[in-house]
Amino acid sequence: MTAQTDASGKKLGMWLFLYTEIVLFGGLFVLYAVYFAGYTEDFIAGAKELDLFFGVVNTIILLISSFCVAAGVTAMQKANKNIALAGLVGALACGAVFMVNKYIEWGHKFAHGIYPGSDRLMDGPPGQNLFFGLYFVVTGLHGLHIVIGMTLLAVSLVLVTRQKITAQNNAVLDNSGLYWHLVDLIWIFIFPLFYLVV
Amino acid sequence: MASESHIVEYKTLGLTLAALLVLTGVTVGAASIDLGWINVWIALMIASVKAGIVLLVFMHMRWEGRTLQWSFLATVLFLAVMIGFIFWDVAFR
Repeated sequence: MTAQTDASGKKLGMWLFLYTEIVLFGGLFVLYAVYFAGYTEDFIAGAKELDLFFGVVNTIILLISSFCVAAGVTAMQKANKNIALAGLVGALACGAVFMVNKYIEWGHKFAHGIYPGSDRLMDGPPGQNLFFGLYFVVTGLHGLHIVIGMTLLAVSLVLVTRQKITAQNNAVLDNSGLYWHLVDLIWIFIFPLFYLVV
Repeated sequence: MASESHIVEYKTLGLTLAALLVLTGVTVGAASIDLGWINVWIALMIASVKAGIVLLVFMHMRWEGRTLQWSFLATVLFLAVMIGFIFWDVAFR
C-alpha cells in the first residue's frame, strides 16, 4: 500500500497561511498610510534619506530570484532535476545578495545616527521618527521572511538532491516557492512606499 | 479540479520577468517626475500591476481552481474593508 498524498490540500493550507501573512503586512501598510497622511512632509524628507540605488537593486534581485524559483518548479514538474537545482541555487544566491545589501544599507543608516531610539530621531521631527520606525520594522520583518524563505528553499534543495521531491511529489518545493513569491510580492509594495515617495 | 498541476513554460516565465523589470523601470521613472500627491497613487498602481503579474504567473493563480481564486479575492476584500474603516475612523476624529 502506498501512502496517499493530497497535493491540492497542501496547497490550500499554504495559501491560507499566506493570507495571514498578507494581513500581517497589510496592517503595517495601513499604519504607514495613516501616518503618511498625518506627516506627509516628514515622510518625504525621510524617504529622501534612503538610498534609491539599494531599493532598485534589491527589487531587481528579488524579481530575478522569483523567476529562478518559478523556473525551478517548472523544471521539477518536467522531472528535470538539474535545472530545478540550478533554479534553487540561483534564488538562494539572490536572497544572500539581498541580505548583504540590506546589511550595508542599515549600516549606513546606523552610521548616520538613524536607528530606533537614536538621539537624532528622538530629538528630530516626530514624523521622521515614525517613518524610520516603520522602515526598520517593515524591512526588518521582511528581511526575517527572506531568511525563512531561504531556509525553505535550502530544505527543498536538499530534498531534490535526495530524490524526496520528484515530479509526482513536489508539494514541498511548490509551497516553498509560493512563500518565496509572497516575500517578493510584499517587497513590490515596500519599495515604492519607502523609496519612491520623494 | 484535476490534481494535475499546470506547467508554465520557461518562455512565459522569462517574458513575465522581462515585464516586471520594465515596470520597475517605469515606476522609478514616474517617481522622478514631480506630480504632487498623484505620484503615490501612480506608484501604488504600478506596484499592484506587478503584484498581480507575480500572483497570476509565478504563483500559478491563473490556473488554480475557484477555491483559491475566490479565497484570495476574499482576503483582498478583507484588507480593503480594514483599510477603509481605519481611514473612515481617522478622517472623522
